[in-house]
Amino acid sequence: MSGALLEVRNLSVNFGAFAALAEVNFGLSAGETVGLVGESGAGKSTLARALLRLIPAARGSVMWCGMDLLTCDAVVLRRQRRDLQMIFQDPLASLDPRMTVGGALAEPLEIFEPSLPAQARRLRTARMLQRVGLAPEAADRYPHEFSGGQCQRIGIARAMMLRPKLLVCDEPVSSLDVSIQGQIVNLLMDLQHEFGTAMLFISHNLAVVRHISHRILVMYLGRVVERAARDDLFQAPAHPYTRALLAAVPDPTRAPAPGAGVADQTLAAAVEPPPGGVVPSGCAFRHRCRHAQEICEHEVPQLEAVNERHAVACHRWRAIAGDA
Amino acid sequence: MTPLAASMPTLSMENLQVTYALAGGFSAAVRDVSLTVSSRECLGIVGESGCGKTQVFTAAMGLLSGNARASGSVRFDGREILGLAPHALNRIRGSELTMIFQDPMSALTPHLRIGVQLAEVLVTHRGFTWRDAMRAARFILERVRVPEAHRRLRQYPHELSGGMRQRVMIGMSLLCEPKLLIADEPTSALDVTVQAQIMDLLRAVRLEAAMAMVLISHDLGVVAGLADRIIVMYAGRVVEAAAAGELLRHAHHPYTDLLIKCVPNLRAARLERMPCLPGQAPGAAMQERGCAFAPRCPRATEQCRSERPLLRSVQRSAQVACHHPLSP
Amino acid sequence: MNVGLWREPGRRLRANTGAVVALCILVILVAMALVGPWFSPNNMEALDWSHVAAWPGMAHAHWFGTDRLGRDLFVRTLDGARVSLAVGLVASVASLSVGVCYGAVAGYLGGRTDQLMMRILEILSGLPLIFFVIFLTVILGRSEMLLYVSIGAVGWLTMARIVRGRTLSIRQQEFIEAAIASGASTARIIIRHVVPNVLGPVIVYATLTVPQIILFESFLSFLGLGIQEPRASLGTLIAQGAGEMEAAPWILLVPGGFLALLLLSLNILGDGLRDALDVKEGG
Repeated sequence: MSGALLEVRNLSVNFGAFAALAEVNFGLSAGETVGLVGESGAGKSTLARALLRLIPAARGSVMWCGMDLLTCDAVVLRRQRRDLQMIFQDPLASLDPRMTVGGALAEPLEIFEPSLPAQARRLRTARMLQRVGLAPEAADRYPHEFSGGQCQRIGIARAMMLRPKLLVCDEPVSSLDVSIQGQIVNLLMDLQHEFGTAMLFISHNLAVVRHISHRILVMYLGRVVERAARDDLFQAPAHPYTRALLAAVPDPTRAPAPGAGVADQTLAAAVEPPPGGVVPSGCAFRHRCRHAQEICEHEVPQLEAVNERHAVACHRWRAIAGDA
Repeated sequence: MTPLAASMPTLSMENLQVTYALAGGFSAAVRDVSLTVSSRECLGIVGESGCGKTQVFTAAMGLLSGNARASGSVRFDGREILGLAPHALNRIRGSELTMIFQDPMSALTPHLRIGVQLAEVLVTHRGFTWRDAMRAARFILERVRVPEAHRRLRQYPHELSGGMRQRVMIGMSLLCEPKLLIADEPTSALDVTVQAQIMDLLRAVRLEAAMAMVLISHDLGVVAGLADRIIVMYAGRVVEAAAAGELLRHAHHPYTDLLIKCVPNLRAARLERMPCLPGQAPGAAMQERGCAFAPRCPRATEQCRSERPLLRSVQRSAQVACHHPLSP
Repeated sequence: MNVGLWREPGRRLRANTGAVVALCILVILVAMALVGPWFSPNNMEALDWSHVAAWPGMAHAHWFGTDRLGRDLFVRTLDGARVSLAVGLVASVASLSVGVCYGAVAGYLGGRTDQLMMRILEILSGLPLIFFVIFLTVILGRSEMLLYVSIGAVGWLTMARIVRGRTLSIRQQEFIEAAIASGASTARIIIRHVVPNVLGPVIVYATLTVPQIILFESFLSFLGLGIQEPRASLGTLIAQGAGEMEAAPWILLVPGGFLALLLLSLNILGDGLRDALDVKEGG
């Protein structure tokens, strides 16, 4: 595998007293897609923004091309952004309502290739629009004239204009209908295939993550609780939270018998964490975990290797794996 | 349409049409929809955003915006409610006919405590005293499995998580023992583990309360877990209606078939490309030559493009609007 | 650049009868102020001793009458209107430019810079305006340039506050975050993304500011601090007319009426613009 493109070490973010992100470590290689899964409050969006220094981090480093993005000079950082692009959850909101689509797409070119003549900019804009499946005429129209899926294509086109090395995707399909999500996911996979862009794909939707990712990180309340190659995660999930996530996705081939609950078997309590609440001591998941024991209350579990491609942060993973 | 039970259906709609007056002209959100919901039945309505599935029920509840016009017939428990005066509708809405929405945060009043909002329903509709209403509110919170119900009564909506708020909404809609509960995308804004819990709750509630339910969603997977019968809508019209088990095993309309393929199945092998529908659903503007789905349909022919297919029965209780339905 | 976005508000404005009427009246008044004097055989300074304080009439070619010195009121009123409009326009543009820049920068940068800039703003707002103008007049002597400066110096304060408020809310929006993530510099974001999105309220406020400025200028001139003889502004004309109210009321009514009509149409137009643009801002 080619050397790590991005290496995140010990990244922590606090919002006041609330630890939104704690000691996150992972690496990403050129051309690979790492999926980041977790529910609300997991810190996925916080991670994406801290990584790109859009919000301040309390601790940690983000190594990219031999420099730490979190401490480098602002001008240097801005130059690196050429290769560090992002697409957002609300596609319409991420586009300036007063700018034409063509203007939005041309902006990266104006910033990083200012010597490019207007004609060449228009040409590249038109070509990128076609590449993402939109008509070149779209360049003269405004974002509010397009549907959610189309706006997301525009956002992707804008991000890909300069062929970035890394594309951070923050829940890009969550606001789209199930029937349209695949269009965007397949487009991203095609673009990765063509341009070799690495991707950090953030989503709470396991099915989508399963399609696009090579490796997956599962997060819960600010920490990485499991890290595995895609197939390992879906075939042999080790962390109880991962198991709960997988069990919660309904099996469409069978309608459950009346009275049978899906959620009951995997989660002990019907309580999910209140918004912005205090992170429990020890293992943050212990209040909802059937297997919690005393050690879970006192010690924060660290990531241990299950095998060379699979790590889990749980005190009881061996016992649970034995049950499976 | 044959109702499942011999008794009068709880809700019956005939030829419902909803049009909006816009700057440019008119646009039809709902075109000629007919359906019934029997007591104790759960009807699932599936379709992409903009197909009109929500408008059908906002029209029935009398919640349409000022520039919308609804025509046709909507009978609730035998009474015509379409076009009913607001004061008469208010007696039915919130008590016998209730609705829960996708975003519980905007449905709950941010500056009132949960207990007050719940109690208010009983005080207004059933003439309870505040003491009795508060007690009933606590009871309903326990029924929808909100832990520490007495504490929650004193909290404000923003102090609760999304799943908890949705439970409160469900509780609120059950307070007056409604005959029909309409759930519009109740889980779309929720996390996956919470979604599963809310679906379980709806399932349990339905059994205990013996009431009818309508479940609207763009996600067939969500509807499949709960509905007895499923209606599929496209561009304001019903394109397929069948018993849930039958529909999922074998769909007749190509659109339904594609929707089924889009439902994720983590137990099956991973496909190289994620299944999806091509293009996008048509807007509500007046169109109408041929079948609305033809531009996206893999089976479309010249006939499909020129002649609009009508809804007709296929097997037993199934109906489909297609010139070339899929055969078993 | 933004043509397509103004079509819908333009349509809404056209549908608003009051605003359209106000606009027509405004256009007529401005046209009169600009070219009206050419039609009259009289000029601003000529003293017609045979028709001192004459009633308005067609016979003696003094359509609006004459003042105590025999000067034609028609020409003087329109000249005065021109001066008032010029002041209104120039001061508005100046206050707009300064206000938008100041407000956008303060709102976008936030933090200590914003705090500092707002403190300065608040101190300046607290200064009593009239004393400030009188003070400057005493120091620098009376001049028209001083008039423009003092009015402009006041007008930008509220504009800056409005723009800052709007910038604060725009800053939270995702497209600003997207622009930062794309590598846009702060200057670029303010100029290309913040300013075009605050223009709505700015335009509305500007149209409502022009009448305020004209009124303020009239007030200053009425006090003797602004336009000096033999130049006239609506304010000075009204001042003269106030003294003659019983004997020759038209000397007051003509410029006063013109001013009132001007301000009314500007205000109604401003309201209409706000209604037309508001829906877009919300959506």
